[in-house]
Amino acid sequence: MTPLLEIRDLAVHFAADEGRVEAVDGISLTVRRGEILGLVGESGSGKSVTALAVLRLIRPPGRIVRGSIRFDGRELLDLSEEAMRHVRGSQIAMIFQSPRTALNPVLPVGRQIARLFELHRGCSGHEAWQRTLEILRLVGIPEPERRASQYAHQLSGGMCQRVMIAMAVATEPRLLLADEPTTGLDVSIAAQILDLLRELGRRTGASMVLITHDLGVVAGVCDRVAVMHAGQLVECSDVHGLFKHPAHPYTRALVRSIPRVDREVTMEPIPGAVPSVLEPPPGCRYADRCPWVIDRCREVKPELLPLEHDHEVACHAVEPSNVVPARS
Amino acid sequence: MRETSAMAEAVVLRRERARRARLLWRRLTKDRLSLAAGGAIVAIMLAALAAPWLAPYDPDATSASDALQRVSLRHWMGTDVYGRDLLSRVIHAARVDLLVALTATAVALTWGAFLGAVAGYRGGWMDQLVMRLVDTIMAFPAFILTMGITATLGNSTLNVVVAIAITHVPIYARLLRGEMLKAREMEYAEAARTVGNRPARIVFFHLLPNCVPPLIVQATLAMGFAILTVAALSFIGLGIQPPQSEWGYMTAEGAGYIVSGEWWLFLFPGVAIMVTVLAFNLIGDALRDVLDPRMRGVR
Repeated sequence: MTPLLEIRDLAVHFAADEGRVEAVDGISLTVRRGEILGLVGESGSGKSVTALAVLRLIRPPGRIVRGSIRFDGRELLDLSEEAMRHVRGSQIAMIFQSPRTALNPVLPVGRQIARLFELHRGCSGHEAWQRTLEILRLVGIPEPERRASQYAHQLSGGMCQRVMIAMAVATEPRLLLADEPTTGLDVSIAAQILDLLRELGRRTGASMVLITHDLGVVAGVCDRVAVMHAGQLVECSDVHGLFKHPAHPYTRALVRSIPRVDREVTMEPIPGAVPSVLEPPPGCRYADRCPWVIDRCREVKPELLPLEHDHEVACHAVEPSNVVPARS
Repeated sequence: MRETSAMAEAVVLRRERARRARLLWRRLTKDRLSLAAGGAIVAIMLAALAAPWLAPYDPDATSASDALQRVSLRHWMGTDVYGRDLLSRVIHAARVDLLVALTATAVALTWGAFLGAVAGYRGGWMDQLVMRLVDTIMAFPAFILTMGITATLGNSTLNVVVAIAITHVPIYARLLRGEMLKAREMEYAEAARTVGNRPARIVFFHLLPNCVPPLIVQATLAMGFAILTVAALSFIGLGIQPPQSEWGYMTAEGAGYIVSGEWWLFLFPGVAIMVTVLAFNLIGDALRDVLDPRMRGVR
């Protein structure tokens, strides 16, 4: 069976006054049917840009310069704008980081959901409203009749995120792109939202890409993980493999930087900042922060190569023998 | 049990709505000056609407025996050289001045908002085209341009509306373009795009309602300016044509009698213009303070 989403060598560049910003530089990634893939990386590593590229919503000065995005066997980059509009919302949906600003402040929240049924399912106004109330009940909003006619500012943050999720799953898309869906929420609400997402995914068989910088969330929710650094994909693995045997030096550093209270392990921050992606030099972008750096790293960009079953890494310095547990 | 709680909920909602309405009202009326301005506008509009019933005489009825009467109980504002009652004419003139200014503002607002919204959202060549057009209009002094247009097209009431509308389009186009540049980067715009809405729907249904408050403020301020322009055009003979009573033209007529001592002829229509324009400006400032708090205190 073909994977649901297959990204090959995708590159997104932004034209800035100072030069070319290579926000996403040739990443390849697959999302299988029914799985939850975590997309991890520091701020500015290109996670959100990748998600927007899948929806073909990169706006000027940004541009998809090369690559291929196949969704369910169809090449999205070749679709007409009209066909793409149909894919958005009905096949692929997105959940945003800050639900309060992602809901239109001048429209009742129910109206924004009902619109989707009219747009993608051809429902009449009344029918769309009934289905809106249904979907709001499904995502756990009490008194949907009352809440649906309220505005975003009248709802709590958690409630707004539930509305966003209702909006995303309303038309039963096959792929959900969740861009840091729990960042603005407190821990207990965040856990509820993640449970809800997982539950909805299981029920509808939809795949999900969960964009986050929280490895704790990844460990708890995802099946597989892809790690991004400065616009490049450095490692891709099933969740157990990644936490047990992180191969790439950046991933190892990420895993080691998780604060732990149960063991006497000192937290190790990663030295240096995310390197600039403004006309970057060739080679591996982690080279300047990397403890294992060799000459080749600065000249040739490492390819993503299989290391073991369901575990790929892009690093010149990694041989299968180098892979040791991060913590022993 | 459920029903009683729903009823209680409805009561709470209604109270909440009433409280917010009161709050808006209190903020608008806290300032005595803007309250007076609001009152003046309401009074002028009512007078204009009820002119045929309110005016004591026919505004166009001449009477040689009543020519140039002073202010008296029979003629509260005196009469002009043809013996027409000035009060009746000032009241009737309000209809013309307000209607012309209102229509011109509405037309300019519609077109300006449309062009500005499209230019701001689309960007690129569309933005360039609209903004250069706007720059061209703004390169002329507004009043000279209005004069030019009415002089070329002929000075009918309709052409006065057209001329003022053309010179006012840039105000709204620039405002809306700026607002749209901001709005299109908001997350809810992104969200509207991700669910497959058409650009036109995003602009006019999702984003435009978010730009309404500054538009209301601008329209109110521009309304005062439009009234002033109608009066000024008529004053120099390019606007509303006699015998239609109109404040600007009446002021011009009256100006000829200042030296001979018939002061009421220019004073009352002049005061009418001043009060109306001042009232619109004051209420515009007050609305800005309430609706667009970023600009508070900036005059």
